Amino acid sequence: MTATVEPEVGRARLRKEDARLITGRTRWTDNISLPGMLHVAVLRSPMAHARISNIDVSAAKEASGVLAVVTGADLADEQGSLPCAWPITEDMKAPPAPALAVDTVNFAGEAVAVVVARSAAEAHDALEAIDIDYEDLPVVLDMNEAIADGADLVHPDLGSNASATWIFDSAEAGSGGDVEQAIAASDVVVERTFRQQRLIPAFMEPRSVVVDPTGEQITMWSATQIPHILRWMTSAVTGVPETKIRVIAPDVGGGFGGKLQITPEEIVTFLLARRLGRPVKWTESRSESMVSAHHGRDQIQKLTLAATQDGTIKGLKVELLADMGAYLRLVTPGVPILGAFMYNAIYKMDAYKFVCTNVFTNKTPTDAYRGAGRPEATYAIERMMDELAAELSMDPMELRRKNWIKHEEFPFNTVAGLTYDSGNYEAATAKAMEDFGYDALRAEQAERRERGDAVQLGIGISTYTEMCGLAPSRVLGALSYGAGGWEHAAIRMLPTGKVEVITGTSPHGQGHETVWSQIVADKLGVPFDDVEVLHGDTQSSHKGMDSYGSRSLAVGGTALVLAADKVIDKARTIAAHMMECSVDDIEFSGGSMKVRGTDTSTDIQSIALQAHVAHDLPDGVEPSLDSEATFDPENFSFPHGTHLCATEVDTETGQVRIRSYVCVDDVGKVVNPMIVEGQVHGGLVQGIAQALFEGAVHDESGTLTTGTLADYLVPSAADMPSFTTGHTETLATSNPLGVKGVGEAGTIASTPAVVNAIVDAVRHRGVNDVEMPCTPMRVWQAIQGGSQAAAGPGGTESGGGLGSLDASQGGAR
Amino acid sequence: MRITVTVDGTAYTDEVEPRTLLVHYLRERLGKVGTVVGCDTSNCGACTVHLDGHSVKSCSVLAVQADGCEITTIEGLSRDGQLHPVQQAFHDNHALQCGFCTPGMIMQAIDLLADDADPDEETVRNGLEGNLCRCTGYQNIVRAVRDAASRMEPGSGPEAEQVAEQTSVAGGSRAEVRQS
Repeated sequence: MTATVEPEVGRARLRKEDARLITGRTRWTDNISLPGMLHVAVLRSPMAHARISNIDVSAAKEASGVLAVVTGADLADEQGSLPCAWPITEDMKAPPAPALAVDTVNFAGEAVAVVVARSAAEAHDALEAIDIDYEDLPVVLDMNEAIADGADLVHPDLGSNASATWIFDSAEAGSGGDVEQAIAASDVVVERTFRQQRLIPAFMEPRSVVVDPTGEQITMWSATQIPHILRWMTSAVTGVPETKIRVIAPDVGGGFGGKLQITPEEIVTFLLARRLGRPVKWTESRSESMVSAHHGRDQIQKLTLAATQDGTIKGLKVELLADMGAYLRLVTPGVPILGAFMYNAIYKMDAYKFVCTNVFTNKTPTDAYRGAGRPEATYAIERMMDELAAELSMDPMELRRKNWIKHEEFPFNTVAGLTYDSGNYEAATAKAMEDFGYDALRAEQAERRERGDAVQLGIGISTYTEMCGLAPSRVLGALSYGAGGWEHAAIRMLPTGKVEVITGTSPHGQGHETVWSQIVADKLGVPFDDVEVLHGDTQSSHKGMDSYGSRSLAVGGTALVLAADKVIDKARTIAAHMMECSVDDIEFSGGSMKVRGTDTSTDIQSIALQAHVAHDLPDGVEPSLDSEATFDPENFSFPHGTHLCATEVDTETGQVRIRSYVCVDDVGKVVNPMIVEGQVHGGLVQGIAQALFEGAVHDESGTLTTGTLADYLVPSAADMPSFTTGHTETLATSNPLGVKGVGEAGTIASTPAVVNAIVDAVRHRGVNDVEMPCTPMRVWQAIQGGSQAAAGPGGTESGGGLGSLDASQGGAR
Repeated sequence: MRITVTVDGTAYTDEVEPRTLLVHYLRERLGKVGTVVGCDTSNCGACTVHLDGHSVKSCSVLAVQADGCEITTIEGLSRDGQLHPVQQAFHDNHALQCGFCTPGMIMQAIDLLADDADPDEETVRNGLEGNLCRCTGYQNIVRAVRDAASRMEPGSGPEAEQVAEQTSVAGGSRAEVRQS
């Protein structure tokens, strides 16, 4: 057997996953077709808040091909309440969350009835025959109004629209001083309010569920990021024993947090299949996805940053309102809390206080979207650093340099109570500034400003860090999260010398099959192509916590390393027996077990065969080399980097063009540089899209007016520039691979870089903020009227498209 | 209504409802599930196929409109295990992550290269404007299309990957080229 010559880790291996995907040989959930399979169509509320006074389904039941029409009242006894796994405070107010609305609807798009029919077309036809009478209830949309005295209530039974208030105070935690004292003792205090607009994850594969009840177990295929959690929660919600449920995530077309959910449709499809005894499929349309799949962000952020005249930061106060939407989904309340530890970012300061109030409104529920709390935090602090620099007339990079943690100060205990294990902000920044040509661009900016050019140049900086590798289970427990943060892996050494790797992570585009193969090939010294990665089926991959929060490599990859170590340890024992030497004399390298100082050797594949046939094993050694391991991290990992964006802003039209974008990310050890670069590219575009294009907009009645891809501006290739990416490599000390995670970095870092660049371009015109998305109209208005005309909460203007035919919805792209 | 179409080299005659979209006919009747549906407003391009050698969004074509036509889907591009150069370039340049947009993106890229055999970056970006990808950030897709263009230049690669001058590079035509 040949061992791998070039190390796999660090190599830009082309992906194993591609062969099927580029030829259309795919297994999306909607591709699955089973004998006797029925189809579900969902009727959704057009009202944001109403009482259901009557539902007449008689005509729909008579329609061709219709087997059942089911309302919330029909399911009330068995549908339970959709789970929320993150009660952030003991007194958190949480409404019941039925999969199908029973007597009231609380957001436009909420499911109220379903039709099950022979074909999807017949099911959709029959929806039109369902007659529902709604009685209007007052619609709650604005977060500030929602928490005012006497406000109309989304859930009157709860007595308030405030679900919970969560506080971190460095004085109480012992990680710093009192923030009010720090503010009072400072020379300069900058206050700003930022609007994190509501975003829609907009994964490309619409969600789909197939449930087959015809086997001994009920099998559920779902376009989900979390098959293991889905199995657990489906059991918890329906009372069906977990042993009777098998969940499979087949090919899944993107998630970005949007498929980190237990959806109403998953539960309803499961119940319908059980009730009808036949396989049932539900696949959403894009319009359904936009209005009913959970949204992200949607916060109002009030920041107070205090510093001395020389630019030394003393304290930071963060006051948030976070829009939950109408219900608390799986991790809805915890999303803003994930940001709580990141507002202090890479900076040293004496005092920090974070207060977040979660607010109900009559809108689509929010939940995780790429970054989940951390992009919001990074946006706020990086915008504030630019504002403070402007206040002090300092170069914004100089201000950052003055305050960031120096590389020799790691490990560093932050004011938010975390311990950053490693980092080198100086190195990443130096490389980024060189690649960007920072000084030359500043010179050009000055020249254009001097000349009064209609097109002004702006430079935006974002020196971010993030906490990822979710998560140490004890930390999750301390934050009242309902599950652990460990990950599992198993290795099966087959008699032919091939290797099966079983992982509890659940990839949906990240390339785990390739990267996990690289890691195992290196560890065991077997060829890359001999490694097969199994995932996403709770029957074969029986244990796992799935993929989100940039956790898969840092946690799941580490479990893999530990499992491989166990294989090697056992192989060493058997090899010593085979070659009649002491275990201590075995040297393992490149797949070969060699007796030290001799030419006698055997390879791991031969040992696997010996272990499998078990004809002659040492006493007490069980047959097979198989192993498994579970890894629970001691700490988060902390990727960081420096992103620099140059924008050209046309002061006459408000048009923004990204002229160059340079980023240097430090994600620790890079296993596959090609895949890392791809993750950065994709992340950048999602973050830039928040800055420039995307925003979910509701009209005054609570109707989502950006409910299609014509209205909600997911950028195309024509809207985006090319990026210059690079990396520095400071190893994480919290795992043996030294990896940190890269899934969310680009999205977290890029949004403030772009907006800082826009504001920087027109700051001399009196602008100190532009609300996102920074459409030409908003930028133009900011230039015309100074900052406040375009900034602050409440703006409803968004992009162009179908919904924008209503002129009140604003301009086109 | 009765229609006859040729899809990826196989002829089919079927009764279809007048309202049936081509994409639903391909997926549900013919089992051509390699072509996918990503939206309901013709914005995402995931369902792009070739109709008589030109790219169309198959959610915007009725099955009855395809009567008498030759259709090529992502499943009909490779022959005898050999990938189309654009498929190969997508793999080589890491131009896909989740892969859901990929069938439409590849079909559109082939059409784009038929119009312009050596497009610059801006031409590629504009030519793919009707196809959305949420994973890659497009940079590697652009790189892949330009890489495929260089491979498809006459004389630049193996004979099987060359594009005959008189034919479109659309998938249906390629099959003929390879067989000749």
